[in-house]
Amino acid sequence: MNLEFHIEGGNFSRAGHASSEIKKMLKQLGVDSRCIKNIVIAMYEAEVNVVAHAFEGLIQVHIESDKITTVISDKGPGIADVDLAMQEGYSTASKKVREMGFGAGMGLPNIKKNTDELTIESTVNKGTTVKMVNHF
Amino acid sequence: MVTAKTYHALTVDEKKCIGCIHCMKACPTEAIRVVGGLAEISKERCVDCGHCMRACPAKAIYVEQDDLKIAKTFKYRVALFPAVMIGQFPEKYTENQIYAALLKIGFTHAFEVEQPIGILKESMKQYCKTSPNNKPHISSFCPAIVRLIQIRYPSLTENLIQRKSPHDLGAHFAINELKKQGAKEDEIGLFYITPCNAKISSVKSPVGEKESIADGIINMNDLYNRVMQVINDKGAEDTSHLRENLSRDGILWSLTRGESIHFGERSMAIDGIHNVIKFLERLENEEVPEIDFLELRACDQSCAGGILMTGNRFLTVTRLERRAKRYPQAWKLKDSEAIKGSKEIKQKLIADKIIPKPAFSLDKDRVRALEKMNRAQRIICFLPGVDCGACGAPNCQALAEDMVNGKAKMSDCVFLQQMWEDEGKISTTKAFRNVEKKWGEKRFQADCNKRGKRNEGF
Repeated sequence: MNLEFHIEGGNFSRAGHASSEIKKMLKQLGVDSRCIKNIVIAMYEAEVNVVAHAFEGLIQVHIESDKITTVISDKGPGIADVDLAMQEGYSTASKKVREMGFGAGMGLPNIKKNTDELTIESTVNKGTTVKMVNHF
Repeated sequence: MVTAKTYHALTVDEKKCIGCIHCMKACPTEAIRVVGGLAEISKERCVDCGHCMRACPAKAIYVEQDDLKIAKTFKYRVALFPAVMIGQFPEKYTENQIYAALLKIGFTHAFEVEQPIGILKESMKQYCKTSPNNKPHISSFCPAIVRLIQIRYPSLTENLIQRKSPHDLGAHFAINELKKQGAKEDEIGLFYITPCNAKISSVKSPVGEKESIADGIINMNDLYNRVMQVINDKGAEDTSHLRENLSRDGILWSLTRGESIHFGERSMAIDGIHNVIKFLERLENEEVPEIDFLELRACDQSCAGGILMTGNRFLTVTRLERRAKRYPQAWKLKDSEAIKGSKEIKQKLIADKIIPKPAFSLDKDRVRALEKMNRAQRIICFLPGVDCGACGAPNCQALAEDMVNGKAKMSDCVFLQQMWEDEGKISTTKAFRNVEKKWGEKRFQADCNKRGKRNEGF
């Protein structure tokens, strides 16, 4: 099962759309509710990251009977130091984004906590690709 | 935990059902399908919220109730009712007059279940304190919400507070009080007067409890009519001793914010099942700030908007708020005899853990479920996406899911049929028969009485 969702940079009101869709499907597959929770939290964080930092993005979801693979790629500023961004509390979010309740620097650490495999590839001024795998 | 068979209070009257789609469209869990011109409610998915009953233009969905005659076998016949019931009556009737009417109908005692509410409140607070990990704590007050969480938000069942409802509190309190007067337990018949069908189901097959405490259930709508027939607005015996333990907090408990107001700053109250669903989706995704306590109610204006209530919900709320002002706050009653001797009741208010009952999986086997999902995704490409409901399913997605589970056919879609007819793949007669099978022969007979909702007095 393959699914694609487009993400619009700066549109916070749409953030969470993809993760909600995926959640509904995982429930239909009878995936354990704790596992669904982890996946959805990670995906929502990733979605918000794109909305908050990038111009646009694409979520590609591949569901198999034992795992889900999500690739989120965006066109945006990229991450200069991925290791630094993985630290809790580190954030480059603008004041405007923070005022909306986002940008606390918990995004990437939270994604890592909720996924089984996580790889991040990023090129400054081009974009970032986050790949997450969760086993059911 | 002991799980009795889930009882559902909602039944479709086959004689009255006109096979329209109002109930199906109103159902928040997509539990209804129209088959052979009749609405069918899936027991697995129904949460007893009563939205279908509200939406039905033909009044074909009804709730079962116990015959009041069984009350006669008891020496002590107790009417247990939520305080919200008093709010339905026009203000010209006093509490004493309403109580007198209840006694006239044949009850020997009348108790409002929210007394003494302090016991339940303390018990809930104690639970919250001792289970700090399952935040936000969600009140298990509304049975429709508890079932909704069980079937649709299984991961949140752990957040439900393991405490019973006011009707259990009221029942135990009533038994204690009557025993003090010398009654034996088997001489007492408890009859709960309910403002909604969800409470009927929860009394008949309680979630998180082993067995129900009430001996019978009475529909509040029905009782309202009986009371109105015998009520006398000129004087009445003083029955205030039956309300000694009723407090302001108790009267307001079943209204919106009635519970959450006692659970600190980081508490929230949401009423209306569709609002609750939207919020629970977010909560499950952890898209909400830190909250300690959630009060969730299926009906708009909580129990004042209960499906079996008579009158306008906003007027009911206003009357109750006015009434509440005449009563002391719960803490002022903490030294009363009833609360002092409440240790035993407190123990009885502890409920078992509530288990999830997910009802939305396509198949028990995940490989097969994934195959079905793939197939449903392909089917959806051919459906019109207008969610007309003419197939007997609430929307195109639901029809596709029914198809992969063998519960529906491609030909159930009237759009596809039209197209096939046009392409010469199916004869007009065959297409007509298909629709007739779904909606029954009556749909196609001229009859001035079948006119749709708009002309049914709505």
